[in-house]
Amino acid sequence: MADDAFDIHYAANLARIELSEEEEARLGAQLGDILGYVEKLKELDVEDVEPTAHAHPVSNVTRPDEVRPGLTHEEVLQNAPRVVNGLINVPKIVE
Amino acid sequence: MPPLLLGLFLTFDILTMLNQLTISELTTKLRAGEASSREATQACLDRIAAVDDKVNAFISYDGEDALAQADAADAALKEGADGASKPLLGVPIAVKDVLAVKGQPLSCGSKILGDFISPYDATVIRQLKEAGAVVFGRLNMDEFAMGSSTENSAFGVTKTPWDLDRVAGGSSGGSGAAVAADEVIATLGTDTGGSIRQPASFCGCVGIKPTYGRISRYGLVAFASSLDQIGPMTKDVRDAATLLEILCGHDKLDSTSIPEPSPSLSANLNGDIKGMRIGLPKEYFIEGLDPQVKASVEAAVKQLVELGAEIVEISLPHTDYAIATYYIVANAEASANLARFDGVRYGARVQPAHDDPNPVFNLYARTRGQGFGAEVKRRVIMGTYVLSSGYYDAYYLRAQKVRTLIRQDFLKAFEQVDAIVSPTSPVLPFKVGEKADDPLQMYLADIFTISCNLAGICGVSLPCGFSGNPKLPIGLQLLGKPLGEETILRIAHAYEQATDWRSQKPQI
Amino acid sequence: MEYESVIGLEIHVQLKTKSKMWCGCANEYGAPPNTNVCPVCMGMPGVLPVANEEAMRLTALAGYLLNCEVPKFAKFDRKNYFYPDAPKNYQITQYDKPSTRNGYVEFEFEGGLQRVGITRAHLEEDLGKNFHFDRESGVDFNRAGVPLLEIVTEPDIRNPDMAHAFLNALKDIMIYGGVSDFDMEKGMARCDVNISVRPVGQESFNARREIKNMNSFSGVRRALNYEIPEQTRRTKAGETIQQGTVRWNDDLGVTENMRSKEDAHDYRYFPEPDLMPFEPTDEWLEEVRSRVVELPLARKRRFMSDYELPEGDADVFVQNVPLGDFFEAAVEGVKNRKAVANWVINNLRAKLVEAGLEIGDCQIQPAAVAELVGLVDDKRITSKNAQEAFGIMFETGRMPAAIADEKGWKPADAGEMETFCDAAIEANPGPADDFRNGKDAALNRILGHVMKLSQGSADPGQVRALLAKKLRG
Repeated sequence: MADDAFDIHYAANLARIELSEEEEARLGAQLGDILGYVEKLKELDVEDVEPTAHAHPVSNVTRPDEVRPGLTHEEVLQNAPRVVNGLINVPKIVE
Repeated sequence: MPPLLLGLFLTFDILTMLNQLTISELTTKLRAGEASSREATQACLDRIAAVDDKVNAFISYDGEDALAQADAADAALKEGADGASKPLLGVPIAVKDVLAVKGQPLSCGSKILGDFISPYDATVIRQLKEAGAVVFGRLNMDEFAMGSSTENSAFGVTKTPWDLDRVAGGSSGGSGAAVAADEVIATLGTDTGGSIRQPASFCGCVGIKPTYGRISRYGLVAFASSLDQIGPMTKDVRDAATLLEILCGHDKLDSTSIPEPSPSLSANLNGDIKGMRIGLPKEYFIEGLDPQVKASVEAAVKQLVELGAEIVEISLPHTDYAIATYYIVANAEASANLARFDGVRYGARVQPAHDDPNPVFNLYARTRGQGFGAEVKRRVIMGTYVLSSGYYDAYYLRAQKVRTLIRQDFLKAFEQVDAIVSPTSPVLPFKVGEKADDPLQMYLADIFTISCNLAGICGVSLPCGFSGNPKLPIGLQLLGKPLGEETILRIAHAYEQATDWRSQKPQI
Repeated sequence: MEYESVIGLEIHVQLKTKSKMWCGCANEYGAPPNTNVCPVCMGMPGVLPVANEEAMRLTALAGYLLNCEVPKFAKFDRKNYFYPDAPKNYQITQYDKPSTRNGYVEFEFEGGLQRVGITRAHLEEDLGKNFHFDRESGVDFNRAGVPLLEIVTEPDIRNPDMAHAFLNALKDIMIYGGVSDFDMEKGMARCDVNISVRPVGQESFNARREIKNMNSFSGVRRALNYEIPEQTRRTKAGETIQQGTVRWNDDLGVTENMRSKEDAHDYRYFPEPDLMPFEPTDEWLEEVRSRVVELPLARKRRFMSDYELPEGDADVFVQNVPLGDFFEAAVEGVKNRKAVANWVINNLRAKLVEAGLEIGDCQIQPAAVAELVGLVDDKRITSKNAQEAFGIMFETGRMPAAIADEKGWKPADAGEMETFCDAAIEANPGPADDFRNGKDAALNRILGHVMKLSQGSADPGQVRALLAKKLRG
């Protein structure tokens, strides 16, 4: 189980959520409590236990390779915040 | 009173009561021509106008569209539409704002979706429409279904109609309150850790979470993919059975949907539970259990015995670990499910300035930082953390293993008993703001409902009494084995018919 | 000290399905932006993926074609990262239980047989396409959700030419098997390279660099021809090679650093809860196996050994499978296989192109070609008449013997030939002498004369032999 202090800055960055200083402090403390609480799972011996993949396992669920109508161009773009020349516009992506 | 006036009075009386009917009662009247769908729908709209300012069950609704649907239903009724193929014809039903309805706004109780209009119908919505229902309204909820009080909504808290200082529960608070306040005939809610059952308990109505995979999740905005299920919230058990029959069944658009046909439920509500073995988990009688809740549930258990059931003490030894397990698994899955809310393709984008040194990163970080509420941020960040490099084994993998142990507890118990009984919530509906500052305390109150989702089994909550002053509803929970909806509904129905909690209505 | 390069490739190949991986949108190149999309592949709220069964089959088929194991259990996982071309900000892929693994590709290289190991070929979804402008970017989601096979090789490649040859071999296999059209220009196949250098003899691997953004096989070769000397030079000079990803700039001919992201590799993989595992049954696998075709290399070697054809001819029959199948049908029982090959490769191929037909659509029968070869070899018709006969066979599907009878063609008259030869030799004393003195080419003049005298009906081969006998004895 994790022993290092919870690094909210790293996690928030990874989650792409900008926090104010106040939020970082408050949420950091609350999450510290919650993570402390979930440490109790360490009490259990789970060595020979399989993780639950699905509550009701089925396998080989597929669909036939058929083309179905999707959305019209207008329907797709109806909710888009910024469209230029039919493309969803975003700030310049630097690779 | 002159006959004309008497006649008018009686007619007026009938009209104002249409919104108070159950699905069964209303469909009977509609098919008998004693009332129209428009009248029923109008009665609901009038009731909403009268009380929703106080209750805040609805984020929004389109009254005109509802009436147009009602008119269409009335036309079909006149043509003698077949009750078997359209069992909900003309019945107004509202849905939690987490289910996609084509042409309607979809907010999930959040600001981040902005003015998003769904371009498609969820499968359950299609099913309701095919059954002839008048589907309308966007019901309030905790943001992205994360919460147990509806205080986490960006659109204000929903109150329980029994006491407007207290919460309706969550996350399907709007769905519970709307039914309990007779604003609508029935609603759909969703349940990931108790979000149908707990508000059903707090509002004094019936709410059922079916076995995982019974009802299609296509069109349900995902919180925790392996735990989420849609379910009806209704005024009585029969209505819940009716709706469940319509919504259950395999859906080829949902790979996790169980390939089982819809169960026959309403036909089996025969009141006969003699010989049924009902388990009482010894771990559930905890310290924090409110004494009035305890008393009501004990009385309910006695009633079940009187009806012929046998009570068996059982053990669910891993109960203590359920909340920790849940908050790791659910938050991990949620962190990925909510990643799509980034303002790129839809939603309330926060566009960085032209000279921003890191514009793409900041587009994401600010859209989400400003668009998500505090609880969502907590859970997404926690979920991100428990999956991150170095922590996966210690948190997520371990939690999924403990989940197996919890499921095994239930499967073992169900070898001995047909159903399990417990309180739905250890506490009475609490005051708005009472638990807001301590998220962990809020989580701990999920203790009775949460294991059901982890184990993938079914569970129903129904009214079993009231507290003293103030008069607040108390809910009884019945848990059933996987695919065991028929059993728990039969027990619930038998109990409901032997008692009369339903006849008591909130005074708003 | 001698250094060697250690090269591994990662090739992303779009599978040849009609619809996308998780939804029914068309899997098609070139549509106007954001027109082949739906709520599922746009990552709208509430949607769910459902696996394309043909993509599952093509993946297993690719596994067999690459000599891989196709395990009885595979599953999907989420790879989490934020990027504008990722509609869900996670990519559904296969992490620890891929659909196929542990195979190899064999191909001809520098006169020998080269083998490169395939670590795995797993199934995932493609992302949208980013377009970059002056101060902004735009995203087209038509490509998002197309099924993608990620093929990862072992670091068995040792030089840029080998990489190039491997890629060509892989392309042939994928096209052959009907798995992918593998058109790099249309983005159906993309290749990233992992390259490190180490002293010859060292077993362990040094730090490697990943190179992205090569748009063709020759681009891969160019990038490697730049990077290998660079890494070698720097390693010799004692510099540390930073493990990381770089971008190939084909215009400038150099690799460039990419923006490093501190969380670049924290993908937080976890099993995809919206998809069920894949446990192929024996029946299902058998059905896929029946789609396995003879691979290009095997086919080429078979044609060369079984029919004693030169490499060039065998190559044609590898590149054009139906033509090769026609040849195999025609050559049955015929001794003069080369003649059959010539008719098929030279004449039949040309006629098909001219008429704009596929071999399945034309009239000519393999047996007819066999018969024609027999007629010429038995000298029952002249080669000039044979050409004419071929044309008729192609148009009408008739057999050559019947055509010859109808036309009244006769073999060249032996006596007449003698007379024409003598006359031609007499008329061309110079060339005749030259030939007697060893100048072989001089015969052509005299041959031409004979052909003129015979009005083209003489058989050139026979005439040559006769003239040679007369002049050289």
